[in-house]
This record gives sequence, C-alpha cells and structure tokens, in this order.
Amino acid sequence: MNRLAIELPGLSLKNPIMPASGCFGFGKEYARLYDLSKLGAIMIKATTLETRLGNPTPRVAETSSGMLNAIGLQNPGLEKVISDELVWLEQFDTPIIANVAGTLTEDYVEVAKHISKSKNVHALELNISCPNVKCGGITFGTDPSIAAELTAAVKAVSTVPVYVKLSPNVTDVGEIARAVEAAGADGITMINTLIGMRLDTRTGKPVIANGTGGLSGPAVKPVALRMVYEVAKQVSIPIIGMGGIANVDDVIDFMSAGASAVAVGTANFVDPFVCPTIIDQLPEKLDWLGLNHVSELTGRSHR
Amino acid sequence: MIQQERMRVISQKEIAKNIFEMTLSGQLVQEISSPGQFVHIRVSDSYEPLLRRPISIASINREAGQFTMIYRAEGRGTSLLSLKKTGDEVDVLGPLGNGFPLNEAKAGDTVVLVGGGIGVPPLYELSKRLVEIGAKPIHVLGFHSREVVFYEEKFRELGETHIVTVDGSLGQRGFVTTVLSELSKDFSMYFTCGPVQMLAAIQNMFPDKKGFLSFEERMGCGLGACFACVCKTTEQAEADYVKVCSDGPVFPAGVVQI
Repeated sequence: MNRLAIELPGLSLKNPIMPASGCFGFGKEYARLYDLSKLGAIMIKATTLETRLGNPTPRVAETSSGMLNAIGLQNPGLEKVISDELVWLEQFDTPIIANVAGTLTEDYVEVAKHISKSKNVHALELNISCPNVKCGGITFGTDPSIAAELTAAVKAVSTVPVYVKLSPNVTDVGEIARAVEAAGADGITMINTLIGMRLDTRTGKPVIANGTGGLSGPAVKPVALRMVYEVAKQVSIPIIGMGGIANVDDVIDFMSAGASAVAVGTANFVDPFVCPTIIDQLPEKLDWLGLNHVSELTGRSHR
Repeated sequence: MIQQERMRVISQKEIAKNIFEMTLSGQLVQEISSPGQFVHIRVSDSYEPLLRRPISIASINREAGQFTMIYRAEGRGTSLLSLKKTGDEVDVLGPLGNGFPLNEAKAGDTVVLVGGGIGVPPLYELSKRLVEIGAKPIHVLGFHSREVVFYEEKFRELGETHIVTVDGSLGQRGFVTTVLSELSKDFSMYFTCGPVQMLAAIQNMFPDKKGFLSFEERMGCGLGACFACVCKTTEQAEADYVKVCSDGPVFPAGVVQI
C-alpha cells in the first residue's frame, strides 16, 4: 500500500505534494535537479490565450519571512504551452494541473477548452485570483456571482475536472468558495497571494515597478491556514492547500485544517529540493503521528 | 551540474570598506565551468531573510576544491553573510548561469576588461584565464572612492591596470569611460561587468567591437523558474526576453535592451 497516494477528481496522486503555479515554471529548471516523476502533480505556470511578457522590473521584493511578486502572468501563450511545454512534460509520470488565466470570460473558456485536451493535463486550476494584472485575474475572484459564472462557463467546455484558485483578498472567502462549488467546481485550491507593498525607505516609492505585489512565503501561512480551515467547514469538494508551506510540518498543518493535498510555492525558490525532501519525510511524520495513511490527516482539526 | 551544498568557510576578510572576500570549500567547485558564473547563497537557515543572494565568483582553485567570492555587505542578507567565520557552513546553490565565453579570445589578442564597483570580482578569474591562453588583458576598474577599491595589485600582476574613482581619491578621477576614451582602440574585444548604466555607456562607445556584458538584476530562484530577472531584448535577439539568471548573466553586446 502506498501510504501517500491520494485520489482527487481527475487526479491519481502518488503523494499529496506538488509545486504551486508560478513557482515552478513549466518544470524544465527543476528537472535539471531531480526527477519530476517523484512529484504528486505539477501546477504549471498560468497560461493565457496570447503570449504575455509580464510587468516591468523590479518584479520581486523580499519582505519579512516572505516576498512580494508582480510578474504579471508572463507566459508563452496557449499554443506554445500545448505544443512545447506540455509535450516536454509528457516524459514524466506526473499529472499536470494547468493554471488557466485571462482577461475576459471568453479567454478563460478558450484556454480551458484547448488545454484540457492535452494528454497529461488531468485537471485545470482556474486563476481568478492573480493580483498583478490590470484586467481579469482577481476581478473574477472577489465577486461570488462573477466567480460562479466563470466557473460554470469553464466547466461547460473543460474535458477534465476544474479546480478554482481562491483569492485571500476578500472579506468572506467562504462565500466565494460556496459560490464556485454551487457552480460546479470539482475542487478548490487556496490561497493565492495577498496584495501587499514594500516602499524604498529613502525615496518613499514602491520597490516593485507595479507598485503592489502578491505576498507569499512563510509570512502568509497563518492567514492561509485559517482560510483553508474556514472553507473546509463550508464546502464538500476537496481543497488543495497552499500559502507559505516550506516543510513537512506545514504540510501536516494544512491537511489537518482540511486540505486533501498541498502545493509548495515560494519555498522552491529558497530550497529547490523542498518538494522531494518533504515527500521523503512524510512517512516518518505519519509514523510519529501514529497514522497509516496520509489521507487520515485531512480535517483532523475539525474532528 | 547545479548542486546544493553546505560549503565550509575557509576564510573571510574585509578587503575594503564593507567589501568582503570569502573563500569556500566543497565539491561544488568542480562544477564551475567558466568565469562569470555565480552562486546563490542562503545566508540563514531560518526564513529570515528568506531568499538566496546571488554572488559572483572571483576566483576558482579547482585543485584545492575552493572558490573565492567578493561581495559588498549592504543589506540584511550580505551583512549576515559577512559575520560568518572560518569553519562555519554556508548553504550554496550553484554554479548558476553562463559565464564569459573564453573561447572567443585567442593567444595574442588584446582584451579590455571593464569593471565597475562590485562588478569587478568576476573579471579577476576571467583575466587569469585569458593570461593562461596567452591573451593580453587590459583592466579598467572603476570605483566610487579609494576606500572601496580592492584587488588593484592582483590585477596589476596580470596586466595593464587603470584605476578610476568618481571622487579622484585613487587613480584617475571620473568614470571608466574617461579612461576608455583615452585608451588605444587597437583591441580585439571587451568584457565588462557592472551597473547597467556603465554597461550601456561602454556598449555605445564601441559599437563595432565584439563585446560581452555581465548583467545584474534582482533575482528570486536563480534557476530561471520565477521570471523575476527578465530583460527585454533588441531585434538582434531570437527571443522576446531573456532571464539574467539562466540565459545570462553574460550576454553578447547588443542583445539586451539597455
């Protein structure tokens, strides 16, 4: 028995650990360091219909135990992602979760329709929460009815299950979660980054060219954990939890709060081997907790 | 191949004001292939500060399994790094990036090496290698003032060396371009590393010369995955953009929009 295997809509995971979208590119850089087949899944960088060159630099700024980024969804566009990146990823025995972004509903629908047909794409992650683009992104993720409409539109064309990535930049994250569940979402991924700012103390001006950026890293973990805990109580679809996960104990916490699997984001930049390291450490942690299977962790906080 | 290793500090000393020279020992040294590559250093085992610091390699001693890097203690990260003592361990990821293309130079070539401030260190290993293949390096090294000048004698041992300071407290007064404008144009190519304004000025000064520029940018992962350090390219380039960490940090003159 594989103590780490998890079954989720569309996804048979060898283990519940996957790199988060935007923190792993399309895998090429990390494939030079370890075998990507070891991962539970890979959430690829957000894909838009057209090629995007992203925001001006500086795009990142370090903060206390975290970082701000405003990359701006830079990606080669749908066509190249399908013909180059996804085909290259076929060499690994790892399901791909394709992060889908856009400006208009039609953009999301178009990307979802085509990318969901790729052989190794087993699920979509609907990016309605990117804080760093002027249109689309977070505007879809802060209004429950708009989020629901988009979810339904994408569900109608996708050939694989659809997970919706929630923004923490809302008053009531549970309301959005319930809305997308009612609209047919197969799962939820959460959280995206928190909108933040860093100023140059000397000039008083923002360090990031975009002005604001998305905060990630260990600094956001308590916020993310609380939100996963909240949403787990309110929906019955599975949650892939993320937000500041950097070690195996963080994984235990997110799953206890209600996540069925987790994604590791910013920590990949600090320790590029963090995902395989956590995967290797999980069985020992389960022993320590007296658990047979990793799925027994899910929702411990609520029992 | 890129490795992550806890390397041992062999020595660390302040060689100019806030400028530190640190020698590290470990397996990773054998992987360094060209001068101009860099390492990504985690200065603390905690998450504060969180990100690694990219630092260029100043010299490599493959036989001893050691490399030396020179950095300026400026922010939180590099200040913490400057506190490391002989025998301490440092978490190093590297070698990263593509260095200066040594095969562009051949015996007998005169090669101009231009460095600005903390952009000077990678030129030292480069100069040593150029001397080894029989090329003749000429060094033009710019600093802010006398108190931050380093490696003057070491560069002089390798070839003609011009020091220039903004305030004139050592060597010529002015910028590297001041010296370059007086230098004979009879050289084969130039290699340069320093602030982007300096790189732009040099590139404009020698539009007909073969040149290679080493850039610096704020970095996240250092591997090419996070898209923090992208630069726009000119029509000369194949791609719309390049990543300084993994496509560079060294690029042929004219490729990056500056």
